[in-house]
This record gives sequence, structure tokens and C-alpha cells, in this order.
Amino acid sequence: MNAPAYNFAYLDEQTKRMIRRAILKAIAIPGYQVPFASREMPMPYGWGTGGVQVTAAILGPQDVLKVIDQGSDDTTNAISIRKFFAKTAGVATTTSTDEATVIQTRHRIPETSLHENQVLVYQVPIPEPLRFLEPRETETRRMHALAEYGLMHVKLYEDIARFGHIATAYAYPVKVNARYVMDPSPTPKFDNPKMDNCPALQLFGAGREKRIYAIPPYTQVVSLDFEDHPFEPYRFNAPCALCAAENSYLDEIVTDDKGSRMFVCSDTDYCEGRQAAGHHGALSAAPYKDKAPETSNG
Amino acid sequence: MADQDLLETDQPLLVAESLSKSYGRIAACREVSFSLYPGEVLAIVGESGSGKSTLLQLLSGQLAASGGQVAYRMRDGVTRDLAALGEAERRLLFRTDWGFVHQDPAQGLRMAVSAGANVGERLMAVGWNHYGRIRETASDWLTRVEIDVARIDDAPRTYSGGMRQRLQIARNLVTGPRLVFMDEPTGGLDVSVQARLLDLLRNLVAELQLAVVIVTHDLAVARLLSHRVMVMKGGRVIETGLTDQVLDDPREPYTQLLVSSILPP
Repeated sequence: MNAPAYNFAYLDEQTKRMIRRAILKAIAIPGYQVPFASREMPMPYGWGTGGVQVTAAILGPQDVLKVIDQGSDDTTNAISIRKFFAKTAGVATTTSTDEATVIQTRHRIPETSLHENQVLVYQVPIPEPLRFLEPRETETRRMHALAEYGLMHVKLYEDIARFGHIATAYAYPVKVNARYVMDPSPTPKFDNPKMDNCPALQLFGAGREKRIYAIPPYTQVVSLDFEDHPFEPYRFNAPCALCAAENSYLDEIVTDDKGSRMFVCSDTDYCEGRQAAGHHGALSAAPYKDKAPETSNG
Repeated sequence: MADQDLLETDQPLLVAESLSKSYGRIAACREVSFSLYPGEVLAIVGESGSGKSTLLQLLSGQLAASGGQVAYRMRDGVTRDLAALGEAERRLLFRTDWGFVHQDPAQGLRMAVSAGANVGERLMAVGWNHYGRIRETASDWLTRVEIDVARIDDAPRTYSGGMRQRLQIARNLVTGPRLVFMDEPTGGLDVSVQARLLDLLRNLVAELQLAVVIVTHDLAVARLLSHRVMVMKGGRVIETGLTDQVLDDPREPYTQLLVSSILPP
């Protein structure tokens, strides 16, 4: 271990047991928000304090950790958390979705399909899907308890009345195991179908709001909709500019102040993997790399 | 079929038996008993603090009684004690078979969502899942309460007081309830708007055969809408009878005072 001053994975063992109990309860009741005694973490709220606590509680010495932020392995948030666990737990880290056993994520589900030996840990800012419609916590808890979810459709109704279609593009509400309505954290609705019948265990941690919830492997997850306005995952209609992928979720990147932009995969590992396998998009720099030796010769 | 209809109107819909509520030593409601039949409009009149609103909350199961009980005949024909219902059943009853019109529409409406969604919420709560049909029903109801359908996508925030109150009525009636509770529905509205609202209410009540318990301090409202009147004072029912009988020929001194205090037009 690199830093013996810390307990393995930063949190003390009693705290981890408390979090594991919450996780077990969450797995037992898919989609139900279990309150837990969230701890102060050495990072600000909004940086994934909930996700970090869940990860710390489930991490073992043999685990291989991957951390992504908006699909990317190399943003500040992702690097900070990866380094945090490399230092406090000494676990192996990776950027490869396939090799990882624990993946902590903010706002995305990896494009590469997950398998049974993996756990996906989401960082959740606001776990309550009904919050913006019903501000009282006592009332929303009662609504969950009695499965009164008419209000969730009111939100979708408002979308259609105002925009002509369901304009909710992220944090799109889902019903888990035909019982609890759940906020899938602010993932784009493009990712919603990946949650359904997923072989990996999905855990959600909200540090500030002190809630943990879960989707066990192979659980039914249905996106809410109307019969005449069915759920549709949204994707900008273009291939990735770097790897030419036609079916991945794209980020829009502004490249100058004259309105130029490019669309690239938000999942960097997926994009790099495809480029390494020889797929090249319209703006891929890879051909120039190939030519590099020639120019140095000349 | 005829027998069924006879049975339908022959048995009381709501029965209160010696209903009491006390807050410590203060008795807000004492030994109130009555039966309400389908299609019947009962007005509860009395001064401020006479226990009218407490009684309404007891009847609608929002407040637990200190003594006595309220029984309601459910849609399946079985009369059940409200206190014995589970919370889920009570809330379902509240959303489907009952309506509650508040004095302040802001309490009964979601002020930030559109009128259409306000009317549609009850439908969605009972499982309607077709946007087109929900919207069609909502438009239909807006027309029935004389709100311009062009304003279906506006939030009630932008509505006038009278429109808000009519919207609240539409929201309550959309699931075809059999019993509606009203707490001073015309309070806070100006006289011409009041008259229009009362006219609308009277038509709807007659058309839909609603049973109504209406709390009011305005005897004119009781006169226009109700079949029967209950006069309350100090938490007790002091006089009860047919509306015309009570208002034209009051027996109790207090009722005589109440009736005589109306300014002649």
C-alpha cells in the first residue's frame, strides 16, 4: 500500500460496513432510495462524494478501477478520483472498459457492453426523480411507498405540451423492476436502454443527499413514456469525427470562434479502441501520425 | 337495472356518526351525525370558529376524529369505515371517487404546470397513458367550466381568480367523482364572478348527480346550491333541515340572527 497512514480505500471499516448494509438493502429493493450516513470526503460535493463512498465500500485489493467523467477517462474529476484510489487503496487502475471490475461514472454508461463481473458506480447529484414537481421529502417518500407516479407523467405531459415531444434529454425517469420510479442520474437518455437487463451490477450514490440505490444484474428497467409518444433515445445524427462510429453518443466540441465544431465520441476509451482498430473519421489525426517518419526523413 | 338504480339512491353515500374532534380542552366539533345520499347537496353554515372546516376535514378523512366515525359507500357498494381504510386506499379514493375544492385555488392546483396537466394529473394517476386522449379530455373539461381552450397550455399563475377556481373544479371532476367537498368555493371572488361560478356549479352538480358537502358562511350560496342545510355553532349542529325551511322559517335564535343579518337587496 502506498499510504499506510490511511485505512484501505480511505474510509474506516465501520463506515464501509454501514455503506455495504445500505447497498445490500438497495440491491434487495431495486430502485428504492436507501438513506445512509454519508461522510465528509476530501473533495467538494458535486465531485462524486456519493460515488466515491460506494466505490470505497465495495473495492477489494484485486479490483481494477476505471473512472470516467462524461465518458472521458482524462478529465480532472476522473483523474482525481482514480489517483485518490490508487493512493489510498493501491488498486490497479485502467482506462479500458473491458479490463475494469469497478467503473465509477459521472453522466455516462460506457459504450462497450458490460459483463457480469463488473460493477458500475454512478455519481448522483439529486436522487429524487419527483423533486422538482413535489418539493416535500415526506410527500415524495409517501408517493414512492404507495407507487403514486401520476406526477411523473405530468412532467412528460408538460414537455409534449410545450415542445411537441418529450424534451427531457437527460435524467430521464425509469421504472425499475415494475415498481420504483428512479432517476438514472444525469446520464443522457441515449444510455437508458443500456440499463435494462444489464449483466453488471449498477449502484448509485448521492453523497450530499445521503441516498444509495441500485439496479441488480438482469433487472427490467423501463423508460416512462406515453403510448402515442413512445420513448426514443436521442443521438445527434453524424458519425464520430475521429473514429467514424455511427452508434455512439457524441460530444459537440467547438473548434474555433467562427462556428466550426466537431462531433466526437464522448466515451474516449471506445473511440481510442476503434481508432486503434483502424477506423478513421473525417477529422482523425491518425493518418498524419502515420506519415510522421516520412516528414522527419525529408 | 331499475332495481340497481333504486338501490343506488336508496342507501346513504356518506354517514357520520357522533363525530367529535377536540384539541385538548377545546372541542372543535361535538357529536355530529348525519347521512348524505347520492346526488344530495348539503350546506354547512355558521360563523367563523363554529367548527365547519374541522367537520369537513373529518368527513374527508384528512383529520383523525377524537370520537365517532365516518362511513362511505364505495363504488363496489360496500359501506366502509374511513378510519379503517389503509392510507393507499384513502388516497386513491381522494383522487378518484372524491373531489375537494379549496377556498384558495393555489392549494388545490399546481400553479407552475399548465392547465391541461392540472386537469390531466388525476387521469395519469389512475393509469391513463395516452397523451392525445388525456389532452382531449382536458380540453373537454376546460370547455365545460367555460375556460377558453386556447389557454390550455398556460399555467394557472396567469389565470384570474375566477378562472383558477373553475380550473380547480374541472381538475376535481375529471375522474367522475360521486362526492365533492367544497370549502368556501366562492370566498375571495367578486360578486359577479361568484354568481357565474355558482351558476356553473349548480348546473354541473345537477348534470353529474354529484353529492356535495359545501362549507360556507354565505347563506346565499347555501340557498342557491343546497338541498339541505346544517347550522353549526360552537362545534355543535344546532339546526338542520331543508334549505328553504331553515332559511325561511328558522327555529333557533342563532339561526334567526344569522338569517336576519343578511342585508336586504
